[in-house]
Amino acid sequence: MATLVLDKVSRWFGNVVAVNDVTMTIGPGVTGLLGPNGAGKSTLIHMMGGFLAPSSGTVTLDGETVWRNEGIYRRIGLVPEREAMYDVVTGWEFVLANARLHRLDEPEAAARRALETVEMTDAQGRDISTYSKGMKQRVKMATALVHDPPVLLLDEPFNGMDPRQRLQLMRMLQAMGDEGRTVLFSSHILEEVEQIAGSIEVMVAGRHAASGGFREIRRLMIERPHQYTIRSDNDRALAAAIIAEPSASGVQLVAAHATEGTMAQGVASTGRRDGSSALHVQAADFAGFVRVLPQLASRHNIRLYEVTPADESLESVFSYLVAR
Amino acid sequence: MNATVARLTARSLLGRRRALLLLALPAVLLVLAVASRVLGGQDDGLTVGLLGGFAVATLVPLLGLIAGTGAIGPEIDDGSIVYLLAKPLSRFSIATTKVAVAVAVVMAFAAVPTLLAGFILSGTSDRLAVAYGVGALIAGTGYAALFLLLAVLTRHAVVVGLLYALIWESLVGSFVPGAQALSVQQWALAITKSLLGDRAAPLNVTSAVGLGAAIPLLLVLVVGSTWYAGWRLRTLRLTSDE
Repeated sequence: MATLVLDKVSRWFGNVVAVNDVTMTIGPGVTGLLGPNGAGKSTLIHMMGGFLAPSSGTVTLDGETVWRNEGIYRRIGLVPEREAMYDVVTGWEFVLANARLHRLDEPEAAARRALETVEMTDAQGRDISTYSKGMKQRVKMATALVHDPPVLLLDEPFNGMDPRQRLQLMRMLQAMGDEGRTVLFSSHILEEVEQIAGSIEVMVAGRHAASGGFREIRRLMIERPHQYTIRSDNDRALAAAIIAEPSASGVQLVAAHATEGTMAQGVASTGRRDGSSALHVQAADFAGFVRVLPQLASRHNIRLYEVTPADESLESVFSYLVAR
Repeated sequence: MNATVARLTARSLLGRRRALLLLALPAVLLVLAVASRVLGGQDDGLTVGLLGGFAVATLVPLLGLIAGTGAIGPEIDDGSIVYLLAKPLSRFSIATTKVAVAVAVVMAFAAVPTLLAGFILSGTSDRLAVAYGVGALIAGTGYAALFLLLAVLTRHAVVVGLLYALIWESLVGSFVPGAQALSVQQWALAITKSLLGDRAAPLNVTSAVGLGAAIPLLLVLVVGSTWYAGWRLRTLRLTSDE
């Protein structure tokens, strides 16, 4: 059983703050580190793995400082994001070399076990340079597991994997978590994280935005105000009908060619079917609004041409969590 | 020292086409030596010119640069050094091992060919072959340690190393005599010169520093560079794609 504790950790590079005052505790089981690209996930994992000093704050594993502490690697297995390995050697030689670097008593047995765990025994005799992305990922995994560490850190392990490999790795991580290991992996895809992570830590723009089980995180994301862009054959009438609904909190009539967010009432005439106007709707109750919109349209005899969620990028979903 | 680190370093240093590159320069030296001997017979002046002017002045620094930076630079660039660093290993032992591998490569591809070229050109006359062979080995050790440190410190180690070998040692050294006091090549020549003994002066083998300065300076360079490389490895920042 091992626990990683980050206490008020910040890291900046020159003027850029990559990680901003993050406090979190990662215990046994699978934890997902979720956030859009550039949110500071890699920086955080580098600090947890002892490859980067926090500019302020501390990272400890069971009370022991991680930074500049080579002994910590007896208890940490690291799967880096980058693919490069010593690829002039075979998978077997490389995993064996990792076992020897750990000064294990029986390096051959440890290497065999690790390669069996990742199901790479068939291809272990081939040069790493001939491996597919998924195979490389599994060999990386084997090098991290060879010394049977209680803590496993994985930086974007699912990147570039096909669905079958993804599923296999998910099962593997889940099994390690069930064994009582502390497994932390980063990802920018909520679906990936919620399938296997018992707890989720959300990072946005260097800040720790949310923390909890996937149900909580999903609820936070769904219950935020949603934005829609709607086109119909009578935008003005539809706007009037929508604002009368309690599930909507704001409606804006915009010219289709106007810059986004610019008020343009009166510029665009209503009722035209050439798509020159549109509605921006803010729904306070996402589920209620989605249910009521078709009923509204039908009641007022308005034809809907287009209903688009305006703002569904992961970035904006997460930004909302920070802005709360 | 760590045998596994040494094996991995040697495999990536000698793997693929790099080994061919390492072979090209010593091959040129040996071809030149054979051609001179066949065409011109034994001429110790020519031996000094070829071994001092080409082997020690060009072959050794270039091989030192390739081996020294190649022993660690590519791993830092592509991030694979993480597999060495994420281990309970002393960073100093990683640095020492890598310097040792680089020195072994310089010995095999520069010092031994220099010795062979000396024998081809002058036989055992005046101990020229041994004096230059030892000089090449010592210079190569200094270059390997220095350039390995450079590769830990900067991504532009090859360029900086070339600037040092070409601009500082050759160009600046020939205009500013003081600069030669800080030249690995001159320190190694001091040792070659002392091995030649009385024959150094008639053969016009000179060095800018005496033996008393050269040996301590070389020791400080090799031990200091290796130690500092290890120290910097403790805090090496790994870049990621993010």
